[in-house]
Amino acid sequence: MSNAFFIDTTRCTGCRGCQVACKQWHDLPAEETENRGTFENPPDLSFSTYKLVRMRETETDGKLKWIFLPEQCRHCIEPPCLETARDESAIFKDEKTGAVIFTANTKNLFADEIIESCPYHIPRKAADGTLAKCDMCNDRVTNGLLPACVKTCPTGTMNFGEREQMVSLAQQRLSLVIKKHKNAQLVDADSVNVIYLVTEPPADYHEFLMASANGHGITRHMALRKMMRPFTRAIHQLS
Amino acid sequence: MTNHWIDIKNSDCILIMGSNAAENHPISFKYVTEAMEKGATLISVDPRFTRTSSKADIYAPLRSGTDIAFLGGMIKHILDNKQYSEEYVALYTNAPFIVGKTFDFKDGLFSGFEKNPEGPVLGRYDKSQWAFEMDKNGVPKMDRSLKHKRCVFQLLKKHFSRYDLKTVSMVTGTGEGDLKRIYDVYSKTGERGKAGTIMYAMGWTQHTTGTQNIRTMAIIQLLLGNMGVAGGGVNALRGESNVQGSTDHCLLWHIWPGYLKTARASNTTLAAYNETWTPTSKDPLSANWWQNTPKYSVSMLKSFFGEKADAANEFGYQWLPKVDDGASYSWFDIFDAMYKEKIEGFFAWGQNPACSGANANKTREALGKLDWMVNVNLFDNETGSFWKGPGMDPGAIKTEVFMLPACVSVEKEGSITNSGRWMQWRYQGPKPLGNSLPDGDIILALGEKIKEVYRDGGVYPEPIVNLKWDYATDGAYDPHKVAKEINGYFVKDVTIKDKTYKKGTLVPSFAFLQADGSTSSGNWLYCNSYTEKGNMAARRGQEDAVNNIGLFPEFAWCWPVNRRIIYNRASVDATGVPWDRKDWVVYFKGDEKDGKYVSNKWLGDVPDGGWYPMQNPDGSWREDAKYPFIMQKHGHAQIFGPGLADGPFPEHYEPLECPVEKNYLNAQMVSPTAAVYTSEADAHATCDPRFPYVGTTYRVSEHWQTGLMTRTQSWLMELQPQMFVEMSEELAGLKGIRNGERVNVISARGKVECSAIVTKRFKPFTIAGLTVHQVGIPWHFGWRWPSSGKEDSANLLTASAGDPNTRIPESKAFMVNVTKL
Repeated sequence: MSNAFFIDTTRCTGCRGCQVACKQWHDLPAEETENRGTFENPPDLSFSTYKLVRMRETETDGKLKWIFLPEQCRHCIEPPCLETARDESAIFKDEKTGAVIFTANTKNLFADEIIESCPYHIPRKAADGTLAKCDMCNDRVTNGLLPACVKTCPTGTMNFGEREQMVSLAQQRLSLVIKKHKNAQLVDADSVNVIYLVTEPPADYHEFLMASANGHGITRHMALRKMMRPFTRAIHQLS
Repeated sequence: MTNHWIDIKNSDCILIMGSNAAENHPISFKYVTEAMEKGATLISVDPRFTRTSSKADIYAPLRSGTDIAFLGGMIKHILDNKQYSEEYVALYTNAPFIVGKTFDFKDGLFSGFEKNPEGPVLGRYDKSQWAFEMDKNGVPKMDRSLKHKRCVFQLLKKHFSRYDLKTVSMVTGTGEGDLKRIYDVYSKTGERGKAGTIMYAMGWTQHTTGTQNIRTMAIIQLLLGNMGVAGGGVNALRGESNVQGSTDHCLLWHIWPGYLKTARASNTTLAAYNETWTPTSKDPLSANWWQNTPKYSVSMLKSFFGEKADAANEFGYQWLPKVDDGASYSWFDIFDAMYKEKIEGFFAWGQNPACSGANANKTREALGKLDWMVNVNLFDNETGSFWKGPGMDPGAIKTEVFMLPACVSVEKEGSITNSGRWMQWRYQGPKPLGNSLPDGDIILALGEKIKEVYRDGGVYPEPIVNLKWDYATDGAYDPHKVAKEINGYFVKDVTIKDKTYKKGTLVPSFAFLQADGSTSSGNWLYCNSYTEKGNMAARRGQEDAVNNIGLFPEFAWCWPVNRRIIYNRASVDATGVPWDRKDWVVYFKGDEKDGKYVSNKWLGDVPDGGWYPMQNPDGSWREDAKYPFIMQKHGHAQIFGPGLADGPFPEHYEPLECPVEKNYLNAQMVSPTAAVYTSEADAHATCDPRFPYVGTTYRVSEHWQTGLMTRTQSWLMELQPQMFVEMSEELAGLKGIRNGERVNVISARGKVECSAIVTKRFKPFTIAGLTVHQVGIPWHFGWRWPSSGKEDSANLLTASAGDPNTRIPESKAFMVNVTKL
């Protein structure tokens, strides 16, 4: 049995409590940022930023929308990063919780290859090549606590629990939301353990919100990866 | 809030205007979302499309400072389309009252106006000209059919007849279609069983017409029967976790604890004070609750001076300071006096005036004219370090500054009172760091030291030496002793209705307070919060009340007497049956015999006075009933408010600094009674080509107040690192400003460097055919941190002009320019 997040963006007010709670629980340093002409900051996920609320302004037919996407690792059911690494000391899945965990041994992997393998473009590397991303607060979860981002969310955007429950909650919410927003959908619900409910075209939120929308379909992508691995490794070793 | 946070979930239509709840009160959105999931409509009205607007079903922009025009149009719409709740309006509001013949409104002025060249208020009204007509018994004359041509209802109709869609749109810049849609949707809450609520904050208060902004909405809520009901009310979202508590306990100069009036110099005796400030009603159906004023004032004096206070010395009344009649002692007046070197010493306690008050340059200059200042705060701030701030010459400043480090809220025990009037007790978490202390300990030690000094004499030592000051246990401040003092004690054995209350026991509730000196109570409104049953605020009961609307009566405690929704007897019809049978607040369930009620029983919330309903089931009036608006002299909610400084009806006036050369609703440009300060540090510029854009200030989720607690926090600085100005793509195009570029924002009073956020969320307004641009800036920054020193306070730009009733500054509408660096 694994856990899952259900992230209901229709409820998200972009308060970013989740983003700060993540930093606080993992004791991650703040980045030096500047105002870039948007509220969104830091500019991207990084080795010290596992969770980032993307904020986008869209305007269609004169109707303005400001949409928010609390972005994080999807903890894929069949994680391409894990498949690509083939090193359980570096990337493994906690079968009890479903968390896909990166360890310090990711330093020994080919970081760019792992990043490339991710259909959601999530892992980020340190200067020494070590990789980091959301760990589902696996330490909290195995001790019966909710992930920090879920615990802090004031609106019910962030939900966490057994996968079956979350899938059912997601479907229930979709059936309600779709009455108001005819394009509402659950994103890649069958292949990930972080299920987003969105009302706008996924690419409006972020380029990598939906795997199939960014030309990185998991299955095709993974097959290609596997096929190419001997060559990429050889090239890497040569260089 | 007349209601409370959880109650928002019971609403059918939520108007968020004058606040940005999603960003500044994030938890409120738990309940807003819950209401929406049950089918409620969310409306957001704001000059800028905010994170709140992003969740709204309907969003409409309006130009800052035009809320009365916007809401006045809604009043007209409700009246024209007969969407008001006629039964409610005729029975519970003063709509049927007949106003005297001297009342008039002409050319933007109410009758009784006189200019006041001395300032700071521009003018004053003789309010006696707005009085109601009385019958021979001294009861206001009424026409409950609402037809009399001088009844409040007809005068209201006449007054707002000018607020047609076209004119309102011309003033506000809101499209006529948007106005009509919002009026339509919100007015539907006037139907029986429907409730609409308003969530507002400083976006409504910080104007020269701040009080009247809220009055306009109160009138709408009364017309629609939304006061007293679940999911209704007029709800102020307070800007700080304990603002409600500090106001209740008289943070402001014009009130004593529990909203008793501050004594004026002309109130030369306690008897004169009580006579002046105790309203009388000749109507046997009016509870006129303030008739109890002497019980509360005397109990307060007994609390202040203990055994030293007795009938012979007017319970120490003469030891309290009095304010000069007609004078004002508000924030503006304090800093104006300080600027004019009339104040020598100053405690800045838990505040950061160098950033938080309007026209901060004047404030910073004023601080330099002091002999000494004590800064009590968590950290050093722009106030404590003003002498080395931008443009200051430390060598030329005489002010000696002392820093007393206070500990943070979680490091001390005590209570806070939230926006919903819930007093919640909090235990101490970690111990205070270093040599920081709880505020209570600092005040206690200060008081002891001052008493010690005065024991050997001094100018008028009695108030100091006679002050009861026994709040320590084992040498440390004891919050329980203070909480009990606030609740109050029987100070001698008292027998009430055959029951004797022993000297030294806690008073069960304010109904037991006495005017003869036999009881004490630091704040009558909190009497019932800490009784012989224990500390009510510390309760954590999780059970809801019988009506299941989220009252949770055993969780913490709420003033008054744990009433969770005030004016709740207006939530029922004349016979005690709720307008809304599903989400009812109180329900009369007394026994009935032959069409008459014969026993008294209310279910649900603590009713606003437990009297019988106004009428029996057979429709006959009862003589033992009381009107539900018990805090009003005549028992009726005031659609016509003859007590305010700026008029009994709201009227649109332009902000002191505005972009238009004409007020399109009347002949007055700005509020004729606005408070405008005029020292050489108080420049103003209206319709001035040097400052062509409307400016406003606001908050962001990521920072808190002047940023003292958040600008030092790297995780929050990562999210919002710099002072910014938001502007439309159109204005940026006009000025050649790129997104993210640093620019200057300039007003007649100062200049602030900002990062430009060029956004679709601001759009130019069309005001009377002209394009008007508006920009917005957050007020959380200050030069002290971040260390670059370049991010400074928005209040360097705001004007020294305020509301005539409250003197709250007009921080939400002023004029600026934006220039490239």
